[in-house]
Amino acid sequence: MPNKDTSSLNTSTISGSNPFKNSKVSIMNKVMPFLLFLCAIVSVLTTVGIVITLATETYQFFKHIPIFDFLFGTKWSPLIPPKSYGILPLLGGTLLITVIACLVAVPIGLASAIYLSEYAPKSVRKVIKPILEVLAGVPTIVYGYFALSFVTPIIQFFFNSAGIFNALSAGIVVGIMIIPMVSSLSEDAMSAVPRSLRDGAYALGATRFEVALKIVVPAAFSGIVASAVLAFSRAIGETMIVTLAAGSTPNLTVNPLDSIQTMTAYIVQVSLGDTPHGSLEYGSIFAVGMTLFVITFLLNILAQYVARRFREEY
Amino acid sequence: MNIFEDANRRQIANRRNIDFILHILFVLATSIGVVALCALIVDIVVDGVARLQPELFTEFPSRKAENSGMKSALVGTIYMLIIMAPISFIFGVGAAIYLEEYAKKGWLTRLIQLNISTLAGVPSIVYGILGLALFVRLMSLEKSLIAGALTMTLLVLPIIIVSAQEAIRAVPKSRRDASFALGATKWQTVSRSVMPSAIPGILTGVILAMSRAIGETAPLVMIGALTYVAFLPDGLKDSFTVIPIQVYNWLSKPQIEFKELAASGIIVLLVLLLLMNLSAILLRNKYQKNV
Repeated sequence: MPNKDTSSLNTSTISGSNPFKNSKVSIMNKVMPFLLFLCAIVSVLTTVGIVITLATETYQFFKHIPIFDFLFGTKWSPLIPPKSYGILPLLGGTLLITVIACLVAVPIGLASAIYLSEYAPKSVRKVIKPILEVLAGVPTIVYGYFALSFVTPIIQFFFNSAGIFNALSAGIVVGIMIIPMVSSLSEDAMSAVPRSLRDGAYALGATRFEVALKIVVPAAFSGIVASAVLAFSRAIGETMIVTLAAGSTPNLTVNPLDSIQTMTAYIVQVSLGDTPHGSLEYGSIFAVGMTLFVITFLLNILAQYVARRFREEY
Repeated sequence: MNIFEDANRRQIANRRNIDFILHILFVLATSIGVVALCALIVDIVVDGVARLQPELFTEFPSRKAENSGMKSALVGTIYMLIIMAPISFIFGVGAAIYLEEYAKKGWLTRLIQLNISTLAGVPSIVYGILGLALFVRLMSLEKSLIAGALTMTLLVLPIIIVSAQEAIRAVPKSRRDASFALGATKWQTVSRSVMPSAIPGILTGVILAMSRAIGETAPLVMIGALTYVAFLPDGLKDSFTVIPIQVYNWLSKPQIEFKELAASGIIVLLVLLLLMNLSAILLRNKYQKNV
């Protein structure tokens, strides 16, 4: 393509006419911005598509199941009669997993970030950082296998009452998955804290820990909170680990050794069966998907807001 | 005087001790991530290495574990990459060029940009729901290769756009100025001056996005790809399977033999990802040297 342009440019220049008129060059100049704009619009259309498909099917679903029963019902039994569509057990299961995951990921991720940005020598940092990033690139199905074949047996060894499927195992592994998210985003925020602030504290005789705790963490606090919120949102949307390791029994429980079901795992469970289009089960995928979408969307907006609103400017 | 000095010294020693203890705690916390990764790899290799035989690549999945292989899954993954890569490259890079080079600052550009960063945070299973409603039902593509590839394209598009934007932004303004000064038009400048120097960075981003795509399971489960596929897809509308789906399939069977198969499937998947990431890193290093 570029070669053709050159030739047309050359011939028209040689023939003496204005090279930019009626040549391929000017056509490209007029057409390309429009074509590129269309490419950019695809992403907007994706969002519109997600919202429309979720909204229309969810609306159909709410025609049969009152929205109040859906949001506040405490029994989720969509496949076995008497059918009941109260989302609280799924929400509770999701929350249980997410809380366990954040209890694992936030302290470890934050400590890793402090170590990498304040303590670690450059050479150690250069090795550790990519290794943590590899954790973020491992496919979730692999984590699911890891939860089933490695973490669950350990948990069963310590707690006899734990079943093969339990929230603790899935939660811990989801937590391991989101460690790099917390650590790398927090570390970015910490490295953005100017050196002069640290030097000032060191000049006053502060130890490294005091500098980290009293200078760097407060100054980078908005970034740290944003990373935790994003990790929380990521844990809510995680699918394969919980499908494989947390079980498929919608339980409203706070016992991490119980088998539970998350919103994502329910969506997978229904789509495995051959659900006829237009049935209530088919609609329930969209209603649960809508709930999931709204929650993660709000959390992502919150993270962006926190990062921007509470950022310390230097 | 002496008393004060003693108290002072003790306080300093205390603070030093706290610093030392926390230093160790931070090192331990950081090593948890590294240890988890090692445990994961060792666990999978120990379980799966025995099944890593040539038959794994030459046999189709079967009801009997001993005859099972992942030929259709491996081929399906490669087919999907071949379909996905050009589509997502064209749309992703096109969008990035538009946003970096052409878009005027205004509400529409801000909306597109905000939308892209929000899309990157949407759970992958929601893309699966979109794929199910849009490609499988509305366009009645059924559980086909093309439906899966299109769903995955939408999933990786935000990642590609963001990384391509960064690569384009990294091209110095002087290059554009030089091109304009020679009388080049906007498109000539973009296509012959900006793009050639941005392309290694863009390709790195595309490869990383592709490696994200081949590890995804949930969206493809949603569009109904979790079926028993003992043949190679012949056309775009054929049903298919990919490695993560095959692994999930094996994992949901009760027999221990299938668990070993799943582990060996995971090894193949991880090696594939490793190769892709390695090529992305090599590309990036080469590119950084040139600039």
